[in-house]
Amino acid sequence: MIETFEKIEDIEIRLLLEALYVRYHYDFRNYAMGSIKRRLRQAREQMGFATISALQERVLHDETMLPRLLDYLTVQVSEMFRDPSYFRAIREKVVPHLKTYPSLKVWIAGCSCGEEVYSLAILFREEGLEDRTIFYATDINQDALRAAEAGVYDLDRIQLFTENHRKSGGKSSLSDYYHASYGRVSFDRSLRERVVFSDHSLVTDAVFGEMHLISCRNVMIYFDRPLQDRAVGLFSDSLARKGFFGIGSKESLRFSAHAEEFKEFVREEKIYQRLGK
Amino acid sequence: MTPASPRAIVIGASAGALEALSVILPSLPHDFRSPIIIVVHIPPDKRSVLAELFRAKCKIQVIEVEDKEPLRPATAYFAPPDYHLLIEDRETLGLTCEEPVLFSRPSIDVMFESAADIYGRDVTAVLLTGANQDGAKGLLAIAEAGGEVILQDPGGAFAAAMPEAGLKLCPDATVMSLDGISEHLRRIG
Repeated sequence: MIETFEKIEDIEIRLLLEALYVRYHYDFRNYAMGSIKRRLRQAREQMGFATISALQERVLHDETMLPRLLDYLTVQVSEMFRDPSYFRAIREKVVPHLKTYPSLKVWIAGCSCGEEVYSLAILFREEGLEDRTIFYATDINQDALRAAEAGVYDLDRIQLFTENHRKSGGKSSLSDYYHASYGRVSFDRSLRERVVFSDHSLVTDAVFGEMHLISCRNVMIYFDRPLQDRAVGLFSDSLARKGFFGIGSKESLRFSAHAEEFKEFVREEKIYQRLGK
Repeated sequence: MTPASPRAIVIGASAGALEALSVILPSLPHDFRSPIIIVVHIPPDKRSVLAELFRAKCKIQVIEVEDKEPLRPATAYFAPPDYHLLIEDRETLGLTCEEPVLFSRPSIDVMFESAADIYGRDVTAVLLTGANQDGAKGLLAIAEAGGEVILQDPGGAFAAAMPEAGLKLCPDATVMSLDGISEHLRRIG
């Protein structure tokens, strides 16, 4: 046996996460600890507290602190058509199957500030699928959801987005979908007419309808193994028979308890297909 | 499941990494006991060929990490491009997309700091050649947690800045040549 004892900081983190759950029903208790620890250290330092216990005391009593803390705890890093080859695979390999359905449901889980929502809406419009599709865009962070719904991004990101869109096999010009003013770009309102933005937690909430495509990339990497199993189980139950499931390029279902419910559909792009139920 | 290894080796490298690691990794025997966790700075937009390249030359296993990769003995783990690599516990590696640190993702500091948290004194950290400051803070965290810290001799390094920055923060670190590091790692297994 290796002798182990819990460091004070680890105790504080455990207590803070428990407090967030009991007080606000945000459940980070099964998030991957290495990353949570880094971000709580950052939050403690930058919010000016001597200890994580002091941060906890304040957050418990002052609910205006919650959004600030949540911004540290939820990582909002994305870009439109991130990993263009993933979107190219959706376009070339998945879309031909989707075209055989009269109506479609697509779930972007952990949609952050909406970059992937607009990417898929544009791709579906280019492929003539938009009119028969309802998109569900979910996240636990209300501020991120509001940003997603607004569809406004900094102008200096648009060059990257445009390049990604082109590499993804885009059939139109990205500039057809936004207008720029004052250093910002706003994406066309019509792109979100068929999008339902909703607060949903993969940790505490339930199954979400019969989806034909679920995209959840670089979201579950922040979960520990048991929580990943819960989330993948939730996706498995939410998918229609032969529905598609895309995850991040360095994620894998190899280590999941639900691995046998899926087959690799486009292996190198981490696109899976739900086997018959 | 293989039992969790009691020790780990962690390595950080940047400019000149390929040549330096080519001295160390192929010299390790197939029955090497520790996992070896490696961060090399690589451009974010490219598929990394590091793992493939070393797989062909090494007696130990070599893989590029996917999220929740289990840690096994006699295996070298490379961080993939555009993700931070963290040690979750003594059995598992994790990835994150948090902001770059010192313009780097993967960051050596981030991986080293997680190694200090998880392994405490049961880790040997090696900081190799590189042209920036990444890794120095992480090395200090490992030293403070009681782990062993080793620097490539800046005089013999392709780029001296990184080991020099490490030495500045950790003046008690052991300084070794690449051959010395290989020999030392083979001895501690």
